[in-house]
Amino acid sequence: MERYYQPEIECASRETILGWQNERLVKQVRHVWDNVPYYRKKMEEKGVTPDDIKGVADLHKLPFLSKEDLRIAYPYGLLAEPLEKCVRIQSTSGTTGKRVVAFYTQHDIDLWEDCCARAIVAAGGTNKDVCQVSYGYGLFTGGPGLNGGSHKVGCLTIPTSSGNTERQIMFIMDLQATILCCTPSYAAYLGETMKEMGYTPDQIPLKAGIFGAEAWSEEMRRDIEKTLGIKAYDIYGLTETSGPGVSFECSEQTGMHINEDHFIAEIIDPETGEVLPEGEKGELVFTSITKEAFPLLRYRTRDICVLSRKKCSCGRTHVKMSKPMGRSDDMLIIKGVNVFPSQIETVLIQHGYSSNYQIIVDRVNHTDTLEVQVEMTPENFSDSLAKITEREKELVSGLKTMLGIGAKVKLVAPKTIQRSEGKAVRVIDKRKI
Amino acid sequence: MTIRQISVFLENRAGQLREITGVLCDSHINLRAISIAETADYGVLRIIADDPASASEKLLEHGFILTMTPVVAVEVPDQPGGLNSVLGLISDSGIDVEYMYAVLGGSNGKAYMIFRVADAEKLCEVLEQNGLKSVPGEVLGEH
Ligand SMILES: [Zn+2]
Repeated sequence: MERYYQPEIECASRETILGWQNERLVKQVRHVWDNVPYYRKKMEEKGVTPDDIKGVADLHKLPFLSKEDLRIAYPYGLLAEPLEKCVRIQSTSGTTGKRVVAFYTQHDIDLWEDCCARAIVAAGGTNKDVCQVSYGYGLFTGGPGLNGGSHKVGCLTIPTSSGNTERQIMFIMDLQATILCCTPSYAAYLGETMKEMGYTPDQIPLKAGIFGAEAWSEEMRRDIEKTLGIKAYDIYGLTETSGPGVSFECSEQTGMHINEDHFIAEIIDPETGEVLPEGEKGELVFTSITKEAFPLLRYRTRDICVLSRKKCSCGRTHVKMSKPMGRSDDMLIIKGVNVFPSQIETVLIQHGYSSNYQIIVDRVNHTDTLEVQVEMTPENFSDSLAKITEREKELVSGLKTMLGIGAKVKLVAPKTIQRSEGKAVRVIDKRKI
Repeated sequence: MTIRQISVFLENRAGQLREITGVLCDSHINLRAISIAETADYGVLRIIADDPASASEKLLEHGFILTMTPVVAVEVPDQPGGLNSVLGLISDSGIDVEYMYAVLGGSNGKAYMIFRVADAEKLCEVLEQNGLKSVPGEVLGEH
């Protein structure tokens, strides 16, 4: 039977949720207008005042906020509460070199941990579980967020943080951990290592995993589920909007429920900024309506995905977002075509190659080149060179069909592509533009 | 009579072959025959070792990707046209040879050809019917 951490919220009627959103949005807009000169200026430039915002229907009138705004306003420019009310920061490295620093009041942390607790309960977690948090602790939101959520659910929490794989495995086995929280690439790495150590899935006590903070494919999910003998749940979030737990997967595993009592989601056309109807693919935009210290209005996440309000079998009523199909920061434009690393990963796994790969983009004689380095697997190896070459050709044509452009495949020996204990570095772009 | 050949994936980078021979040497495994097939980017190293089981075990331990395949070793008559007659025989029987390579000087100083075909048993039969013998691994120094 499906269990919920806050059933009255997670299964509220659409009208109730919209009511909360209307009321909270109006209040939030007033809050930033009164306390954040940067926002007030942006709104004034667009000719909007708090009086224009009477509810969610008026959301489109507000200006967007981008990572660039965060960079300009760094470090205190978007802070909406006096320092005496703030108790913590979390931080992530920005793509432009400047770090993103997000601020939290005690109330903000409390609500964030509630969101993570909802994710853990949705993954089957109860106070009888032993939850190992192998996300990095410290400035990264993964560790602290899931740690807090795990406490709220009442799990016995093992704060291993990331790294030291041997010790991770020791704790999983010795303390009989039942839930694992980490990045999917690290989960895959742990699974691979445990398999090599001779553990079969039924010897591994884990039953569920909550994996996020980087893109991963359905094929990778199945791989992880098989090697660790678990059900793997996706979780989504970004430092700017609090951290993991903005949305999370339920038992249906067909998208992540966005915690709409705290966030309003929109999908926009990344080129024009126009709001797209439900079901269309575009850039995800979030407005945080309950954050005190670091509220973001219409923040452009750069994640490309689709929203769905289709009734979910789990009973939750909050809108679902698809797994991001790629970040537009990761999105590579190669020969004028949009390429997402996740598309490449899907093709690799379909062809029996491992999810450890590297993409190398270069420009030779004014033409973009794409090389995909792939580790040879036992199932694709043969004593016949012709067979290997034939399979390689199939992969090349699979990539061409998926991406629309040609890619060179380089087969490398197993374990030569670096395994990561944090976010995987998949792309090396050598182009100097 | 077939012989176990080990084929190892070779990435085309300096030192890869040396890594493999290093593993075998450390495990006191002798190589009886070796052949490499390659493209510009990668290749397949094919070896006949004196102890195929432990050679493959050691290589797998070191993370190499390999496969074990039955191949047929044929003694080539020590006379002009010796190889030609063997090849003619195989070709007449309609058996497709995927690849082959020579081994000089087994334990008795004779010359052998290693054949990889889809149906190794059938090749052995054809050879036998024509008075030629597929030789066992021991002749090549397998133990
Ligand atoms: Zn659901």
